[in-house]
Amino acid sequence: MSLADGAPGTEAVAPPAPGGSRPGWLRGESGQGLVLVSPTFLYALLLLAAPLLTVITISFWTQNYLEFDRTLTFRNYTEAWTDPLYRVLMLRSLAISGTVTIATVVLAFPVAYYVSFHVPQRKKPMWMFLITIPFWTSYLLRVFLWKVILGYNGVLNSGLMGLGLIDEPLTFILYNANAVVLTLAHAWAPFAILPIFVALEKIDRSLLEAAEDLGDGPARRFWRVTLPLAMPGVIAAALIVFIPTVGDYVTPRLVGGTDGLMIANMIQVQFGKANNAPLGAALAISAMLIVAAIALAFVGLNRRLVKGQGI
Amino acid sequence: MSAQRGGTWLRAYAIGFLAFLYGPVVLLPVFAFNDAAIIAFPLTGFTTKWFGQLWDNPVLHQSVRNSLYVGFTAATLSTVLGICAARASARYDFPGKKGIIGFIMLPLVLPEIIIAVALLVVLIQLGLELSLWTVILGHVLICTPFAIAILTSAFHNLDRSLEEASLDLGETRWGTFRRVTLPLVTPGVISSLLISFTISLDEFIIAFFLTGTEPTMPVYIWSQLRFTAKLPSVVALGCVLLLLSLTLLFAAEYFRRRSNRRTGSEGAATGGMM
Amino acid sequence: MTETATGGAGARPIIEVDRVEKHYGPVKALAGVTTQIRSGEFFSLLGPSGCGKTTLLRMIAGFDEPTHGTIVIDGRPMAGVPANHRPTNMVFQSYAIFPHLNVAENVSYGLVRQRLSKHEMQRRVDEALSMVDLAGYGERASHALSGGQRQRVALARALVMRPKVLLLDEPLSALDKKLREQMQVELRHLQRHVGITFILVTHDQEEALTMSDRIAVMFEGRIAQLASPQELYRRPVSRQVASFIGVMNFLDARLTDGQGDRLALEVAALGRVEVPRAQAPGGARAGQVSVGIRPEMLTILFHDGERAEREVEGEVVDASYFGDMTYYDVLLPGAGRPATISMRNTAGRRILTEGMKARVGWSPESIVVLE
Repeated sequence: MSLADGAPGTEAVAPPAPGGSRPGWLRGESGQGLVLVSPTFLYALLLLAAPLLTVITISFWTQNYLEFDRTLTFRNYTEAWTDPLYRVLMLRSLAISGTVTIATVVLAFPVAYYVSFHVPQRKKPMWMFLITIPFWTSYLLRVFLWKVILGYNGVLNSGLMGLGLIDEPLTFILYNANAVVLTLAHAWAPFAILPIFVALEKIDRSLLEAAEDLGDGPARRFWRVTLPLAMPGVIAAALIVFIPTVGDYVTPRLVGGTDGLMIANMIQVQFGKANNAPLGAALAISAMLIVAAIALAFVGLNRRLVKGQGI
Repeated sequence: MSAQRGGTWLRAYAIGFLAFLYGPVVLLPVFAFNDAAIIAFPLTGFTTKWFGQLWDNPVLHQSVRNSLYVGFTAATLSTVLGICAARASARYDFPGKKGIIGFIMLPLVLPEIIIAVALLVVLIQLGLELSLWTVILGHVLICTPFAIAILTSAFHNLDRSLEEASLDLGETRWGTFRRVTLPLVTPGVISSLLISFTISLDEFIIAFFLTGTEPTMPVYIWSQLRFTAKLPSVVALGCVLLLLSLTLLFAAEYFRRRSNRRTGSEGAATGGMM
Repeated sequence: MTETATGGAGARPIIEVDRVEKHYGPVKALAGVTTQIRSGEFFSLLGPSGCGKTTLLRMIAGFDEPTHGTIVIDGRPMAGVPANHRPTNMVFQSYAIFPHLNVAENVSYGLVRQRLSKHEMQRRVDEALSMVDLAGYGERASHALSGGQRQRVALARALVMRPKVLLLDEPLSALDKKLREQMQVELRHLQRHVGITFILVTHDQEEALTMSDRIAVMFEGRIAQLASPQELYRRPVSRQVASFIGVMNFLDARLTDGQGDRLALEVAALGRVEVPRAQAPGGARAGQVSVGIRPEMLTILFHDGERAEREVEGEVVDASYFGDMTYYDVLLPGAGRPATISMRNTAGRRILTEGMKARVGWSPESIVVLE
């Protein structure tokens, strides 16, 4: 591991120093950086880029029992985009993720705001630690707990009946899209708070005093200064929740019933029971493209909005 | 005055939010000790038999051993890869830096199912047997971005002139790494190991797709969820896992803060995570 | 650059910098610097940020290699010699105190490699600490030190290595004004005491003037002037140097005769004057020139009886009271801008106010002719 820049190198007028046989770019600042980052980069290339490229390739093949027919074809994509079943699953995934994203960000913002603006400096780390702990505990278990809570004979129903608030178990709370939204929102809330909190912390407090000094009340100040400056955090939070939840597998499988199944479940089925990897690949690639397009549109729209406010 | 009142409302909301976050988790110990085969109110009595069932379950024990093996290996590998990338990103400028680091961090925002499917396809194409090592390969991929995030902040907090001062005082590069760099980033390294281990231990999807005949613990738990009779012992297991996760997290947080103190910076909590 | 300074006469150079250039892509941080630093002197590199002074210091230390040119320390060419094999030690701008080590461990950091006996090491550390007035602080944790103490630890840590040259990179910039002034004096005494060559990088001209034997003023990657503090202050070679060091009044002038030993000038507001060639240290050719005169070289004549070698009548346009001094802006007839005049507020001396007439005295030997 090299520590300071400028390895014992040489310059144009001096005789070559020992080790001068290495090519020039390796000795420089940028060369050392590249050498250092290369193991990690190589790993990502081999285990991320190559697999993704393989998936893309396979999505243009056809499954022929246990073999692949390697003739390139768009048939998988045609099927993925026209078959009503896949379309429903895709749209439902987007709708559920969109709802989860909006709910999470809206519910998380006040918490981030409270910790950033109302909690004393030395207590902030503790608050943020408390908020993030649940995120690091087993995801599978947290989803499972919601199933147990929301079930027909579950914790919620038995509890409410025990209190005499209901006479028979509520059935609309489990095995549908609502249960999926609730579970996902609960699971991702900590991760939405973090980027918003970081963005709020970065706001120079004298800007707020300046706004007040120039005649803004608390509400106007929030709309005209705090929120625009916190927008990068809000966007990051939205993307950090939206992108992974579209592809979530566990939650719809455990609490979604048949009405709450999402695209990831179908992808898994194609790679598993249905034994149609090319179609599964096409579904996966399509989902990724749609998510990427939405994410980019979102970022672009926000950039224009923020710019518009500046004028 | 109104700001004060607003603060009170916000505080109530924030505490309510925390209650919502922790609510489900609180049920784990409650029902782990409840003497009833179905998980519902009212509570019927105290028992430790569910824990006893865990104790007498060799399949579970094997899956725990598998998980520990995967976790240790994945944590070590991803921390080593994380050190390389974090050091490069915090200390050097090189062409394509943003793109390269961005690409390495990509698994953070990629749905895990995509990673799992992609790896599965390649492994099958290459004709490789699925095993714990294929799970490790996948886990290293998703743990490395977290390791980089933690370690980059550790390396960033390290004042470059400290290393120069060491060289200036006659120490070699290796000696400088050993006497200055390493002691100052060690808490960050430990924190990265703990977090990577925790992630790997809890990870389900990739393990589900890439595991062969040897299930990891989450895969084992998944297989048990179908049987209603097994649920109370799953809750007991969850309880144990929760305790383990909490211990690891508190340890990681302790070392992360120590890292910040050592390198002389007062970063906000979770600063390393972002 | 012509070298006009005295100080440390006859001493051989400890550092020879020969036509050194440093390029960062198309940018030249150093555009050809040649200079010699004498053994045992207090040498300062002075200039605005970005002038290349820190780059030069870091190349002497071994953290950067020159793109062209050579650096020789104590007769040994330094090309390819890394920092840990050079007879130099550095006090960093941030002090770079190792946060995981206590004071004694910081000071002995470099000694550890020298395989000294435990007793000898302890002795050297104690000696270094008492040299910087920190005797008994060895067990102190480094994060429990004040800014001034950190600076002393950094000094002790470097001096304990007994370097041939001590490099100081803006060592006082992080201290408050009072402490800075105190440390200026102490550093100067310390350098006299240990007799090691000090090279100081600073952007603070006052700091350079009070501490140095010689100062190299740098602009845009070149040394503009290398001279003793007095020489630099009294005989700057260019307007750029003159305005960077202290306050200088500039007056338009025409050089009518630049042939002989004496220069004949027609100066705005001051009139016709003849000065020796030595008063144009940067050289002078016939035509339009500038004449510089320091605020303290202009005197306001308060009483009718007071006389000066030359006199001129002006009008006070502004007066700033500084307690011990008063700074007047006086508009002299024929000058475009008002001239700044500093007057000591001695007992019984009046303070003039705006609009008052003032008789201003000056002497031809106090002016400097600039291109």
